Formats: sequence, structure tokens, C-alpha cells
Amino acid sequence: MSSKPNVAKSAIKHLFVALAMFGFGFALVPLYDVFCEITGLNGKVTGTVEKVDYTVDTSRTVTVQLLASKNAEMPWRFMALQEQIDLHPGEWKQIGFWASNTTASDMVSQAVPSITPARAAEYVQKTECFCFQQQPLAAGESKQMNMVFTISPELPEDIQTVSMVYTLFDSTEFAEPETVAKLN
Amino acid sequence: MTTTTAAHDDHDHHGPAKGIMRWVLTTNHKDIGTMYLWFSFIMLLTGGVMALIIRAELFQPGMQLIEPEFFNQMTTMHGLIMVFGAIMPAFVGLANWMVPMMVGAPDMALPRMNNLSFWILPFAFGMLLLTLFSEAGAPNFGWTFYAPLSTTYAPSSVTYFIFGVHLMGISSIMGAINIVATILNMRAPGMTYMKMPLFVWTWFITAYLLIAVMPVLAGVVTMMLMDIHFGTSFFNAAGGGDPVLFQHLFWFFGHPEVYIMILPAFGIVSHIIPTFSRKPLFGYSSMVYATASIAFLSFIVWAHHMFTVGLPLVTELFFMYATMVIAIPTGVKVFNWVSTMFQGSLTFETPMLFAIAFVILFTIGGFSGLMLAIAPADFQYHDTYFVVAHFHYVLVPGALFAIIAGVYFWLPKWCGNYYDEFLGKLHFWLSFIGVNITFFPMHFIGLAGMPRRIPDYALQFADFNAVASVGAFIFGFSQLLFLYIVIKTIRSGKQATPEVWEGADGLEWTLPSPAPYHSFSEPPQVK
Repeated sequence: MSSKPNVAKSAIKHLFVALAMFGFGFALVPLYDVFCEITGLNGKVTGTVEKVDYTVDTSRTVTVQLLASKNAEMPWRFMALQEQIDLHPGEWKQIGFWASNTTASDMVSQAVPSITPARAAEYVQKTECFCFQQQPLAAGESKQMNMVFTISPELPEDIQTVSMVYTLFDSTEFAEPETVAKLN
Repeated sequence: MTTTTAAHDDHDHHGPAKGIMRWVLTTNHKDIGTMYLWFSFIMLLTGGVMALIIRAELFQPGMQLIEPEFFNQMTTMHGLIMVFGAIMPAFVGLANWMVPMMVGAPDMALPRMNNLSFWILPFAFGMLLLTLFSEAGAPNFGWTFYAPLSTTYAPSSVTYFIFGVHLMGISSIMGAINIVATILNMRAPGMTYMKMPLFVWTWFITAYLLIAVMPVLAGVVTMMLMDIHFGTSFFNAAGGGDPVLFQHLFWFFGHPEVYIMILPAFGIVSHIIPTFSRKPLFGYSSMVYATASIAFLSFIVWAHHMFTVGLPLVTELFFMYATMVIAIPTGVKVFNWVSTMFQGSLTFETPMLFAIAFVILFTIGGFSGLMLAIAPADFQYHDTYFVVAHFHYVLVPGALFAIIAGVYFWLPKWCGNYYDEFLGKLHFWLSFIGVNITFFPMHFIGLAGMPRRIPDYALQFADFNAVASVGAFIFGFSQLLFLYIVIKTIRSGKQATPEVWEGADGLEWTLPSPAPYHSFSEPPQVK
């Protein structure tokens, strides 16, 4: 039963399995994002959509709570201009956040959105959001940052409140050239 | 005339070379197995000293002995060294010694690679341990090294840690490939898959787990390396990454990893219990299928380590039920061991004592695992001492006891002498009592809410912590007795018979004791 060519064959075969699994580890990174995007798990809806004119469902009202949060290392001031708004499903609304770079240096930020309950995420549709791009602010500068969205009328009846939280990160290190260009 | 004889001797009957180079250059599976076992024992003592530093600090509330920063380094290094340095190499060492002898092969399939996969390890752990003396200090982010603690907030020594993990991963993968190649190609004529001894079976399956998940771990640490040094953002939310992704990837490796540390233990115990019950193992084929099912399930339960990260309800339910399903094949194994003992003519030599303690205490660890698998309850238990109690019950009186049992069981075969039965039993009772005094109270302080990895604690946890610390010192120091017993057995002791134990069964017991340097040059016939 033992012969050298067979040993070499099994060794090489399994070495390839190991290499494939190394690749699979990296493949899990995009797969994870795709999986979250399709299912809306993790409240991860980041893509922009074409504006759709829904028939507004006036029979019910959804409360949208807006929360501004900062990563521990982010020195800016960041707040939601309204704490919460009410809307009918299908109705388009614009809301605003306000950010202020309180430091003495120019910085670039990136907001990361999250929606709770997570299963509401797939019904939230944004045509415009400050979280789609990096947001630069020069030292001491402030600005209002907007988001235009609706919640589709297909939202399950039992969801009456949707929380949208935006966490602001310091991404100066990861700034894209076109973002930096806006600073000057 | 003389030259021909010498050449002939070189081919077939020569013993080990002399001097230190014997060990550096050896390709003999027995030499390499011995080196793996001694290496893992040294690591056990190293990680054990760290555990005792932790327990000494936790003997009383308040900060007595060490700085919190150093405490974190101790918990991290203790975990890494015990998992990757003590338990895993010990099993590889046992596999090196026993798998070729059990399948009737003259050596491992790839002897030179075997040498390399051992000799990488001292360098990997040397690199990891040297960080203790660096200005930044050793890694301090826990053995699970969650990002961003291990990336954005890590000490600069993290790079040494990453390369250390790469090296030990390469070593494990080569070791696993070697074992698979041996089992696939070198079995004695007549040894079909369903005639393989269970230690061989469990290692066969474990080797596949290693080949599947160690590369994922290597990928994770590579991503960390890139995040830290090359400006990528796999785990950094500021750059579009996600720290939760780290946990998914880590536990995709980490959960199969915990079965890597227990499946070979199941194999060892499945040899010892029939031997000292003088009955064949009850339910051999169900043992094989149960092991395979556990290995398969280990790939689809990883997120039960992450119930509190904010998973959606459906996901929590899936991982909760999938985890609980593992209790079924594990239960099959436990009942098979008990049924093997049922109506057997039992004797209680040291290996049997350790094996029975394994069955009982591992089951306790399994039950606390079931409690942790209940997603809603896990929100209370998560990151408390209850988790610490759980995984120490499955790893210390689980994996470690099985390794110790295996060493006592096979030591007479390895060195030709019986160990001192009285000292062996003394070692068992000290370990058994010590382990329970150490880890049982942790269940209570965990349920009461004491968080893990914290150097100080609230007053109400004081008594149980003091008890646990006393137990830890009993357990720790009784392992020095183990060292003494092993050295004493190597040097002297009653000459062992070839079968060593009255009820022993298998090819390895047909060899003389001590097992000759080269065994089964002619493959035996298995009926």
C-alpha cells in the first residue's frame, strides 16, 4: 500500500487544499459584504438608489430616530439636527446632521451608517447621503451634511420605529485624493 | 567485507546517531515525537507559570503584585502558549509516536518535512516569548486578538506575534499533511479504514480540520499585518472595513480549532478505556461517524462566540440550534465510553484514572457549553468567568488529562519501563483535586457576573477567587511530580512486556518494549 509517488501526490494535493483555504479566508471579506448587503444584516445599506415615486401610505406613520455617534478617536463635534422625525412610508424626506472640526488641523471623516431593527434596513432607500463619500473639513470649519431618504411602503406593519445611527470616523489617513483636493 | 556490513547496517539496523545532531537532523518519527512532547511540556510549564502569576494577582481583590498592563500580557500569552504551544504540539507528538506504529508503517510518510515542522516551533515561540522583554511589552489583546485592539491599539510587538502565528500555522499544516499522507498511503496490508484504531481515525479527521482552518488563521493575521503596516482597512471602519468581520473570520478558524484540541483526546480515551475494561470498545463505527459529524458541525457554529455583537434573530437561532446539535454526537461518544466500562473487569491504573476523570469532567465542560449555547442566556454569561470555567473544563481535564493519560499509557512502550504506579496515582489525585478546586468555583463567580481578563474585582467575588488560586497552585506544582515520574521511568523501572497492559489490543503492542528505533520495516498483516 505504501509507495513514494502516492505519498507525494497526497502531500501536494493537500498542500493545494491548504493554499485554497488561505485564499478562501480572503474571499470571505467580499463575500461577507455581499452577504450583508443582500440580506440587510448588520444594518448595512450603503448604496444609492434611483428616486422612486411611491404611493405614500398615509394610513400609518413611522418614527425615524436619528443618532449621531463618534468613534472614540474622533475629536469633531457631530450631532443630528432633528432627534426624530415622523414620516409616512413612501414619503421622501431630507434630514441634516451638523459636523464641526474643532481641531487645528484639516481632517477627513467617514460616516458609517447602521439601521435598527436590522430587518428594516432593506426598506430604507437613500438618494443622497453624506455617508456615501468621505467628508473633509478644514481646521475650525463646520457644515451641515444632508441625507435624502424614504422608507418603502413594503415595510412590515409591526415596525413603527426605525433608528438610524451614523458613526463618524477619522479617516484622514485613508483620504482619497479628490477629497483632499476639496480641502484646499 | 567490513565495508559491506557497515553499509548494510546503515540501511537497516542502525540505531540513533550520537550527540546533539541526532536531534537536529533526525527524521525518525519516534525522535520527532519525543521532541514534540518535551517541547509541549516546556510550554505547559511556561504557560503554567503565567497562569500562576494571574491566579496570584487574583488571590485577593485590589492590585497587589503586577500592573494591569502586565496582567493583560499574561492572560494573552497564557492562552496563546497553552493552545498553540502545549496542547497542539503534544497531540502532534503523540501522533508521531503512535500513528506509524498503529497502522504498521515504518515511519511517517514525509520524514524530512516532519523534522522541519517540529523545528519551526521553537523559533515561533521564541519570537513570541521574546516580546515579553521588548519595550512595548508582549501582546496584550487576549488570545483571540480581536481587531481593533490588535491592530489600531496594539503594542508594536504585534508584528512578532503575527509572524509567530504564521510560523506555527505552517508547522501545523505540514504536520497535518504528513499525518494524512501517512494514513492514506502507509497502512499495513489488510488495514481497511474501518479497521483503523480510533486514535488514527480521530487524528485523520483532526488533520483535515487543521488543513482547512489554519490557512484561514494565517489569512486573518496577514490582514492584520496589512492593516497595521500597509494602510489597508480590512478591520478598520474609518477606511470602510468592519471589526465584526474580524470576529467572523477568527471564529471560522477558532471553532474548528477547539475540536482540533479535543478530537485526538477522544481517540486516546477510546484506547485506554477498553484496555482497562478488558472489553472491545462499544460502538466503534458510531465513534467514527460521531467524530466526523462533530468535525463537520464545527464549521457551521462559529457565531455562537459572537451572540452579543448584534446578530439578527434568525442568525442567533441558527447558530444556537446548530451548536446544540453537537451535543448529540458528543453524547454518543460519552455513552459509548460508559457502555464500554459497563460489565467490564475494570482496573484503575493511572491512565484509566485520568481517562475516567476525562469522561466525567469533559462532560461537565460540555454541559456548561450547552448553557452558553442558549443565545438569550449567553448575553448574561458572555465574557464572564463562566466562559473561563467552561473552556478550562474542556481543555484541562479534557484535552490535557487525555494527553497525560496517553503518556502514562504509552510510556512503557516508549522507554521499556513501567512508571511508578503509586506516584502516578498520587499525581492523578493531586491533579484531579487541584483542577476542580481551581475551575469549579469559576462557574459561580461567572454566573454572579465577574468579567474575565480583569486584574481586579468586586469584594463579593473574593472567597471563590481565593479558593481558585489555591487550587491553581496545587494543580500547577503537581505537574512537577509528573516531570519527576517521567524522568524516573526513562531512567529505571520494572521492565515492560511487549503487550504492556493485560487488555491491550493493536499493532503497537506487538512490538517489543521499548519500541525499536526502526519498527515495521516489513509491514505486518492485518486480519
